[in-house]
This record gives sequence, structure tokens and C-alpha cells, in this order.
Amino acid sequence: MTAAIAGIGQTEFSKDSGRSELQLAVEAVYAAIVDAGLRPADIDGMVTFFEDTSSEIAIAKSIGIPELRWTARTPFGGGGSAATVQVASAAVESGMVIAVVIYRAFNERSGRRFGQPRERREVIPSSMSPYMPFGLDTPAKIYALWFERYMYQYGVTNEDLGRYVVIARRHAATNPAAWFFGQPITLEDHQASRWIVEPILRKLDCCQESDGGVALVVTTMDRAKDLPQVPVRVAAATQSHLDSGDVLFNYHHADIAQFPEARSVGNQLWKSAGIGPADIDVALIYENFTPVVFLQLEAFGFCRPGEAKDFIADGQIGMQGSLPVNTHGGLLGEAYIHGVNNLLEGVRQIRGTAANQVEGAAHALVAAGRSGAILARVN
Amino acid sequence: MVIQPSIDRSNDWFWEGVNEHHLLIQRCSSCGNLRYPAAPMCGACQSLEWDTQEATGRGRIHSWIVSHHPTGQGDSRIVVLVDLEEGVRIVSNVVDAEYDEMDHELPLELTFRTYDDVTLPQFLLVR
Repeated sequence: MTAAIAGIGQTEFSKDSGRSELQLAVEAVYAAIVDAGLRPADIDGMVTFFEDTSSEIAIAKSIGIPELRWTARTPFGGGGSAATVQVASAAVESGMVIAVVIYRAFNERSGRRFGQPRERREVIPSSMSPYMPFGLDTPAKIYALWFERYMYQYGVTNEDLGRYVVIARRHAATNPAAWFFGQPITLEDHQASRWIVEPILRKLDCCQESDGGVALVVTTMDRAKDLPQVPVRVAAATQSHLDSGDVLFNYHHADIAQFPEARSVGNQLWKSAGIGPADIDVALIYENFTPVVFLQLEAFGFCRPGEAKDFIADGQIGMQGSLPVNTHGGLLGEAYIHGVNNLLEGVRQIRGTAANQVEGAAHALVAAGRSGAILARVN
Repeated sequence: MVIQPSIDRSNDWFWEGVNEHHLLIQRCSSCGNLRYPAAPMCGACQSLEWDTQEATGRGRIHSWIVSHHPTGQGDSRIVVLVDLEEGVRIVSNVVDAEYDEMDHELPLELTFRTYDDVTLPQFLLVR
């Protein structure tokens, strides 16, 4: 691929931003444009999530971007967060546009909270009728029914999950942008946090609910090389949506003690980038809930099925391990900006500017389950 | 407190069946492939023609959770993934049982319960 990430921008991450979602989007997008050393008029494309409430035109109008010639939105929520890079890269590589801004901004804590139970009288999509009436009224419950089988099949305990959380919070504790900056936890703290879905998920296994906005500028490598920031090459980016799978209710694969979509994303990324798991220096792994880190470590081939708990217990995902994971604190520790903040951390790692920098990081994996990207340093 | 299913042309037959205490599985008329959840076309042979097969109601627990929410909001039920003997996996609830009686592969049998105005297919432990 010949696309590159030339700029990143973000607002502060909070529990109550005190301003509109549109303003968060505008602030983040403008910060990314400035970071890239560009002017608003240099941007001619925008990509965001299907669910984002801020219109491309409203953002462009407010910032002074005179004309957009490419817009696209990615489905599947956070699982599609890395797909935004695939879509933006395709746009600039096609030559149809020069510079695309990816954005995601919301008041997900002070506004509509994803984690709250659905109301009985809320009208659900008919596609959720086989699931939600049976009591699956929160993401934690929906996902726990999948995780339960994984944990049973491989003997993973909630304490095993806690060992990931301790590391994520340790990373957040030294990242000044993280909501949980300066607040590391112990395994005892994790085990003392209240059950959300007993005996699968405790409160500290759940991602935060956050207010904030983030953005990235994607352009061609040729152009990025002339801009002020160290260019970050998009070495590969792809998605996987399998016919026996589902975004929320991923219960219908023959074996659900694994994450087949993530496995396919990994296989495609390795093939496309011409590298393998051993070449990855740092991994930013989407975790709405802790078990998806375990499932993805296994799906991407960093360890074998059922062995993520040992990989983590052995210290492999800490800053001194063989694969530092979620060096910004992840969605548990930094903030839940729907996974797009993981892309920004990948960029910082390749630039060499992360708060918790992996020395000489040349390849960063951004894994979002059903989408993924490999970001690479230019030699 | 049950979230009501949204019923439209894609699934009205299923919920009508449930209201009459039948658990119906969509079956391709051309190749006999069963599909759940419902879909317009058979992914195996691309036929748009389908009928239904009534489930025997026998199945086994594949996984389970208790849907108790810590704030007491929402539902608190035993939610299960059930492997029906027809080879289809569905979400349902186990009723008249305690959480500590649950185990993987336990045999289940179908029943129906009505909560307020919503009838759902539910399961009992085979004792």
C-alpha cells in the first residue's frame, strides 16, 4: 500500500466534555490538520463511523474546508474502527482525493451511554429479536455469553482477565492523556471490583464510557514525505465479516471459543504486509471487554489457542515483554473513543512520540477484531 | 421485564409460531438447509423458497450467563446458548432452575412462558 498517516489530533478525554459532539469532532479534525502541517483547504475527503452524529458537511463548513470529494462511513462500530484506515487509504491510493480526515467524536458518557440496559419499551431492530428479548439488554451480557464458552473451554478465570487489566492500567497511569493517568491498580483491586456479569466480567473488565474526539489525516506517502511529521506508512489494512458470524451476537460459528474474523484479518494482514506476528513491535488491541484481548492475541497468532492467559501472566504484553500491548492504556485505561484512539497510539509509536514508547518500534498492529491495520516506519 | 421483539415480514412467522407454542426453524425448500436467524435466501443453494421445521425442543447448554445487572435495572434471568438437536444454536432462557445447577452440555427441553404480553420459547433442565 502507498498511503500514509500524516497527522493526528484529539480533544481531552473526559466523562463530561461540556460541549457538543460536533464541537469535539471539529476540534479533533482541526488539530489533526494542523499536526499534519496542512491547511483546511488541503482536505478533500472524510471518513467516519456509520454511527457518528456529526455530519461531514457541518464539520467542513465549520473548519473552512471548501469542498469534499470523497465521503464514506464504516459499519460495525468499534469492530470496524481500523476499517476507516482501509477506506481512507483506498481513497488516496485511487487518486480520487489527496487527503482524507478520519474522525470519531462523541459524548458517550455524558450523552447516550452504550452500556446502559435497553428500556423495555425501546423498539429494537428486528435483527435483534432472536436475542434481546431473552435478557441480552447490555453489551456486557451480549459479549459475556460468547466469552463464557471461551473461558470454560480453556480454563480461563476472571483473575486471569485481571492480569491484563493491571497491565493496561499501569500503561494508562504513565500516559498523561489517559483518564486513569496516575491511577494504577493491583490484581486485588480488580478482584474487589463489582461483578457486572458474574462470573465472567467485573466492572474493571469493561471499557470506559468516555467523552472525546480523535482524528487522523491520511494521504499518499509521496505527499506525506514532504510534510513535517514522520510519515507513518499504512502497510496493510483490511476487514473480515464471515457468513456464520455476527458483530454483536457472535454465537453461530461451530467453535465460539475463538474469534474467526480476527484470525482472518490477521492472515490477510500478514500476507499483505509480508511480515508475521514476530515482526510486530507493539499491538493496540480493541477491548470493549478484557476477553477480546485474549481472543485476539490467539487469533493473530501471538500465542496458541487458550494460551493468552499464560502469555499475559508471563509478562509478554508489558513494556518489557515481547509484545507490548495497549501502551496508552487501551479503552479500559485511556478512553473509549470507539477504538480510533488505538489508531492514534499506533501512529505515536511509529513516530517515536508515545508516552510509553516502545524503543525503535517499526511495526504496530492495530487490531479491532473484524478490522485491522499494520502501521509501519519508513526506512 | 422483557424487551419486546420487533416483528416484521422477515420474522412474523417465527413469533406467530411461538405464540402458538411451536418453535419453528426456517428450512430451505430446495436443499433442506436449516438457518437461524432467518434470512431471505439460502446461503447454500441460493433458493428463495423456504418452509419451516418444528424443533423437537431437545437441546443442550452451550454456554450461559445470568443477566443480573448490578444496578438492578433491566433483566435478571439465566440466558443460555442452546444447541438444538437439529444442529441450530439459539439464544433462550432456562427457567425453574438455579444458577448453580447450570453446566455445559446439560440436556434441556422446550417450554413456553408468557411475560406480560410477550411469549418466549424457554427451556427446562431435563431432570
